[in-house]
Amino acid sequence: MREVDTKQITETVAQLCMDANYELPNDVVSALQAARQNEVSDVGKAVLDEIFENLKIAKDEKLPLCQDCGQAVLIIELGQDVRLTGGDFYAAINQGVKEGYQDGYLRKSMTYDPVFTRANTKDNTPAVIHVDIVPGDKIKILFCPKGGGCENMSAIKMMSAGDGIEGVKKFVVDFVRQASGNPCPPTVIGIGIGGTFDKCAYLAKKAVLRSPLGSSHPDEKYAQVEKDLLQQINNLGIGPMGFGGRTTALAVHIETHPAHVAMMPVALNMNCHVARQKTVVI
Amino acid sequence: MPEIIKLTTPLDKQDVEKLRVGDRVLLSGKIYSGRDMAHRRFLELIEKGEELPVDLRGQIIYYVGPTPAKPGYPIGSCGPTTSYRMDKFTPTLHKMGLAGTIGKGKRSPQVRDALKEHKGVYFVATGGVAALICKSVKSSKVIAYDDLGPEAIREMEVEDLPLTVGNDCHGGDVFEEGVKKYGK
Repeated sequence: MREVDTKQITETVAQLCMDANYELPNDVVSALQAARQNEVSDVGKAVLDEIFENLKIAKDEKLPLCQDCGQAVLIIELGQDVRLTGGDFYAAINQGVKEGYQDGYLRKSMTYDPVFTRANTKDNTPAVIHVDIVPGDKIKILFCPKGGGCENMSAIKMMSAGDGIEGVKKFVVDFVRQASGNPCPPTVIGIGIGGTFDKCAYLAKKAVLRSPLGSSHPDEKYAQVEKDLLQQINNLGIGPMGFGGRTTALAVHIETHPAHVAMMPVALNMNCHVARQKTVVI
Repeated sequence: MPEIIKLTTPLDKQDVEKLRVGDRVLLSGKIYSGRDMAHRRFLELIEKGEELPVDLRGQIIYYVGPTPAKPGYPIGSCGPTTSYRMDKFTPTLHKMGLAGTIGKGKRSPQVRDALKEHKGVYFVATGGVAALICKSVKSSKVIAYDDLGPEAIREMEVEDLPLTVGNDCHGGDVFEEGVKKYGK
């Protein structure tokens, strides 16, 4: 057993909140650079140029890339040979979020009550925390500040096996078309297929956060669907911010899970062009 | 690259009429921030026949909830939020003389009709470039609804805020035109 003090988790999470909000991962920057080279629309090019200017200012001055510093989403792989000491694991994570958002001048966007009072919790907690127990004695923490604009452009459909891959593609392309410029394209498209209603939605989230960006599903059939969908989506002409152009999505990722004989759920989750995430291993 | 038009608030009908979808605009002057909860409160006041905290005639509302300002900065990162959530409130505000709004994403047919009827304009600011946009803001102060935190109403003095005309007062829509031009 390896002992890890939850204080270390708090410190790590606080730093992750700040770092992820000031700077994009290299693979996302590369994908945006490729998009700029391929873009043919003048207004689309102008948007992409603004995106690069923004990246530079945010990095140099440690300013949040986007005013929506997101809902704190954490996907944690907890090694089964780790023994946590020093207090409650979830409380330690939320304390890290609170400190990171406070010290980093990040916007606090969470409300206590989803419908009635809508009063702000003022520290951006509670975080959405997913924990997977894995072999080993490490803790891998992925932090994603997930903006509301692109998260709102999510969908799930309880499809049937009879709908086939064509049904899946139609559902995805139709939804991206009607989302238009709302999710701040160029986006990253995450698709979950299989499992239950909840499992499928989580798969879509994992798909949106797949790293490196643009890497393929291990099964060739799904890898081909990812390629086909990316092309179909970019053929829609929505373009950067929806102003028209070739680049509507930077990547399409599909995650799959076995399905019940009566079911074929499909979930879609998007990330905006500010596709923030950062991972640290303790 | 498209031609760039410089505008200063408040806007009059002539300013609005010359704008066409896809035009790039650099906006200067005073604008007001306001988003979801502020709009709900505006409508409650209007229904009760009470005065709004801001005279909206000729003015522009920016759908923004900025990050906290770092020491030495007038405001934090301050890009647009998605506009459709304000659609149900916007026609009423244009009827009262509001000249324009700034946000991101598509507007409803009702908003587009209101822009035609009342000579208004919808500008799109690029989403997710909030640190860049913060450089165009020279000053900012909360003038109402401080309790709403990032959603409070701010009077913001901007200089050359970069925008794109999303919907003009002639019925144009940048999103529809873009897809027509670049869709395959």
